[in-house]
Amino acid sequence: MRAWLRPGVWIPVAIVLIWGLAVLVLGQDTYRETTFTLLMFVGMASSLNILLGYTGYVSFGHIVFFGLGGYMGFYLISQQGWPLYVAALAGGALSGVLAGLLGSAVLRLRGAYFALATIGINEAARAFVSNFGPFGGATGLNLTFATYNAYGGATQALWITFICLWVVTLAVLIASLAVRHSRFGLGLMAIREDEDAAMVMGVKAPQAKTLTFMISAFFPGVIGTLYFFKNGNVEPGDAFQLHMSIEALVMVMLGGQGTVLGPILGAVTYQGLRGYLLTSPIFKSLHLAVSGLFLLLIVLFVPAGAVGWLRARLPKWRKVLE
Amino acid sequence: MTLLECNGITKRFGGLQALSEVTFTITAGEILGLIGPNGAGKTTLFNVVNGVFPPTQGQVIFRGEDITGLPPYEVARRGIARAYQVVRPLNDLTVTENVMVGACFGRETLSLSGAASVAGEVLALVGLEHRADQLAGSLNVAQKKRLEMARALAAKPYLILLDEVLAGLNPTEIDAMLETIRSICRQGATILMIEHVMQAVMSVSDRLIVLDYGVLIAEGTPAEVVNNQQVIEAYLGDPKMTERLMAG
Repeated sequence: MRAWLRPGVWIPVAIVLIWGLAVLVLGQDTYRETTFTLLMFVGMASSLNILLGYTGYVSFGHIVFFGLGGYMGFYLISQQGWPLYVAALAGGALSGVLAGLLGSAVLRLRGAYFALATIGINEAARAFVSNFGPFGGATGLNLTFATYNAYGGATQALWITFICLWVVTLAVLIASLAVRHSRFGLGLMAIREDEDAAMVMGVKAPQAKTLTFMISAFFPGVIGTLYFFKNGNVEPGDAFQLHMSIEALVMVMLGGQGTVLGPILGAVTYQGLRGYLLTSPIFKSLHLAVSGLFLLLIVLFVPAGAVGWLRARLPKWRKVLE
Repeated sequence: MTLLECNGITKRFGGLQALSEVTFTITAGEILGLIGPNGAGKTTLFNVVNGVFPPTQGQVIFRGEDITGLPPYEVARRGIARAYQVVRPLNDLTVTENVMVGACFGRETLSLSGAASVAGEVLALVGLEHRADQLAGSLNVAQKKRLEMARALAAKPYLILLDEVLAGLNPTEIDAMLETIRSICRQGATILMIEHVMQAVMSVSDRLIVLDYGVLIAEGTPAEVVNNQQVIEAYLGDPKMTERLMAG
């Protein structure tokens, strides 16, 4: 396919590839930790974008797949002794399957009703996990320090987790690009613009939406497992924070929904801003209020996000800004 | 050869009887005009034929297969395409991409590259080739109507449902559109069209059927239909209208 040779296609992948390599070469703990957080949000925002950007369905439940998938993966590592890699994939798979089940029910709803239902799912998942014995109930689960020995000690384990996250983030971007440049993706964008007209043209909307929801949910499950493994513990309050869903939405909207570069840009910018707000004496307890204001301003004035705005104004740059 | 057969189609919305016992057939290769006053159930009939909603009673048989109650995407894949009365372009996609959706998910379910070349051909046929890279939302009404046609055509359907594609067009645009419709028909597609522009529908149709309050009140050649007393009362309104129409 010719589309794969366009600069816009490999630029997002190249950015993350070089970024991760640079951190590995420099080998500094502080860079690793900062990059870990940033890449995690790039992965979360980009995977949310596969649903939000291509099908136009706004989900406030993205964090559920991070939380539940992460819980599952963490449980398999800490209680069943599974290796990290397999457990992370299993966490992703659980999120994917869950999205498939939820999707066939909830994706019948459109627009605001779907968005509302996804908020409900977040609360339901938190309540379920808080009362679910095998997952440690309200206190959650912990890793013993000895677990890290299998990965060559705690320091080595942190680096391994970083590399895993880096690879997963690249995989999200490649998945996003593959969807965007496929026949399947064209069908999704038709659904986004006018679902009824799309169905009349032959797009199998119910199946396509459910499959997209599953792809979009798989990655947060993997990322969640890596994140909680790195932290060494997991509890309901950390796993299901509604505000993280909202922040992921802000990142996608800020960078540009429906583009591959947008969520990367949005995640990095938002995290930078958040870092500033959290440390600034004036805004430190207001950072969520500021991100709410941001979302409002974006939706009102630049609904296409930064990359979408640039694409509309600089047609010649469209090949680069995907 | 009979392409589409509607047997006793009845559709009720709560207490409203939108269609009652509508029965007709379309032969492959013809242009069948569907006329009737506003609210007669014409668009409802289209919705039943292409699966937007199932009929309360009755059957839709397409190419020998019972397609009653199939979802619209299944109907589309069997070879029925539709152009809407109220245009529904996919605004944030380019004109080419709009047409590619039709080609990718229509009867032939083409790959992206196959769909792109079909889109090129179809856009040339409807005269939109110089707009191919524009966003669909930036087209004017006449162009959007052509885009609707192009999307339907790209699916390479056996049957095309055209819902008032002439409405809102000026006389020059109408002539151009009629020429397009005739050329589509020459290429082997069958057309069922709803139309209010009587001159036009009479000149282009092989046969007409007339709906009034959900009942099929007349069927025949354009000349037979416009001389039918019931049609004059229900739709044309004025006996002199018939003379004018017959005079062309």
